[in-house]
Amino acid sequence: MKKIEAVIKPFKLEEVKDALTEIGVFGMTVTEVRGFGRQKGHKEAYRGTEYTVEFLPKTKIEVVVPDNLTEKVIATLLRTAKTGSIGDGKIFVTNLTDVIRIRTGETGDRAL
Amino acid sequence: MKTLLRQRVLVNLLMVLGIVVWMILGVVANGVMAQTTAQAPPAAGAPAAAPAPPPKIDTGDTAWVLVSTALVLAMTAPGLALFYGGMVREKNALGTIMQSFIVLCLISVQWVLWGYSLAFGPDHGHIIGGLEWFGLKDVKIDAASDYAPTIPHQAYMIFQMMFAVITPALITGAFAERMKFSSFLVFIILWATFIYDPLAHWVWGQGGWLGTSKDQLGALDFAGGTVVHISSGVSGLACAFVLGRRLGYGKETMAPHNLPMTVLGASMLWFGWFGFDAGSAVSAGALATSAFVVTNTATAAAALAWMVAEWLYRGKPTVLGAASGAVAGLVAITPASGFVGPLSSIVIGAGAGVFCYLAVIVKSRLGYDDSLDAFGIHGIGGTWGALATGLFATKLINPAGADGLFFGNPGQLGIQAIAVGVSWVFAFVGTIVLLKIVDWTMGLRVSDEDERIGLDLSQHEERAYSKG
Repeated sequence: MKKIEAVIKPFKLEEVKDALTEIGVFGMTVTEVRGFGRQKGHKEAYRGTEYTVEFLPKTKIEVVVPDNLTEKVIATLLRTAKTGSIGDGKIFVTNLTDVIRIRTGETGDRAL
Repeated sequence: MKTLLRQRVLVNLLMVLGIVVWMILGVVANGVMAQTTAQAPPAAGAPAAAPAPPPKIDTGDTAWVLVSTALVLAMTAPGLALFYGGMVREKNALGTIMQSFIVLCLISVQWVLWGYSLAFGPDHGHIIGGLEWFGLKDVKIDAASDYAPTIPHQAYMIFQMMFAVITPALITGAFAERMKFSSFLVFIILWATFIYDPLAHWVWGQGGWLGTSKDQLGALDFAGGTVVHISSGVSGLACAFVLGRRLGYGKETMAPHNLPMTVLGASMLWFGWFGFDAGSAVSAGALATSAFVVTNTATAAAALAWMVAEWLYRGKPTVLGAASGAVAGLVAITPASGFVGPLSSIVIGAGAGVFCYLAVIVKSRLGYDDSLDAFGIHGIGGTWGALATGLFATKLINPAGADGLFFGNPGQLGIQAIAVGVSWVFAFVGTIVLLKIVDWTMGLRVSDEDERIGLDLSQHEERAYSKG
């Protein structure tokens, strides 16, 4: 099993979710996050005072999938979350030791 | 040792205060006795003289002043409460709103007990009203006063109360996000009693030395440029100096947490200000109409001027800028609203938008922390408005007023400048003295830890926005 985390532009969420559901991802967790990478922040001014806002709003998607689906999920993310401009985000892939469904106690791939 | 010293200072202060109260009571008692003796002989000697008919109460005027009173109340809460409440950080939203709300409650009681009497009561040496009207004694519900001959005296009193309320509430913008609630309560009562009430008497009270009473200076202030805006703005500057900056000022982001709330508050201020200015005619007729028109015109011009100035200087027209500009325009037209025509009001408003925008830019360079620009908007806007009254006033609008520089009377500008200078010095020095007294005895600021937690939790044990 792999856990795939993708930090993407918030307005891309619907498109990404639909495409992932289509290729057989059954669930996901979505969080509103703030952060920065290569994309610079922006400036805000209130009356005479100016602030540089470094942390930009992004959306983080977490999905856990069987190993054989990993490449397909990554390809889908690359296709749908991409705008081509700076700030499109990143994908992180990690090995996962186990998943347990709380309702039944099932473990591993059957719990996905 | 330090606390012991403070307690001793407090005891001394209380003693001094006691002596002062005792002296005032003595003077009042003397005055009352003198009056009774002076009135006694004619009563016995000239029974033929018919008493003058009581001034006729006008229902239209009374209705307008009572409605105006409610409008001016709405300027403080919700107007100012939301205007300021939206500009602070989320952790201080309730604490900031609470300050405006509680000033409304505090001064409502203070005004009935002694505030109105000190400001508008029988004159003593052109400096202060006496305590003869303590608890609204002799302030009638069925007879008019010299201040407004066609409305009940208590209608005039309650209208003036709302001015006494909003003025200290305006100051809270200067010390936002860091003042201890208990000290704030004490400071507001002291400030209202020792700064607002005398200054209101000087400018508006019968016999006050700055105002238009017979043989006095003759400064024009229709609805409160000196009394309300210079006094609150300059006192705000004093607060910013004495309390010091907020923790993290200049390093951390202190962006407003809810600008829609601020715009709502600014709009509410604009709405209520028709009571403030047009209501100050204390009659429902031509003068109120004129004040209404110039108030709206100046406000609109000021919002546009601030927006354009900011657009040119920084590159973007901001919403907070437009709202701030509107408030600056309201402030500036206030003293002039009963004396100037619509074209003059455009100039006054446009000037206010530009000057106040420059003031908030200069503030960020100078580094003092007038958190919500009480001085930048009310101090500067009020000063410009009071001086502009000396430029643009004309008897064509109000025969009871005076002509300004542009209408052939340069002397009026000098008179206005004196009133501005006096208000500045009195408010600044007086506020520093009061703040030092409160600081000595109770401490002005919350602890560093409480300041980081925010006023909502540390002062009130509440949160504005629950996460659950």
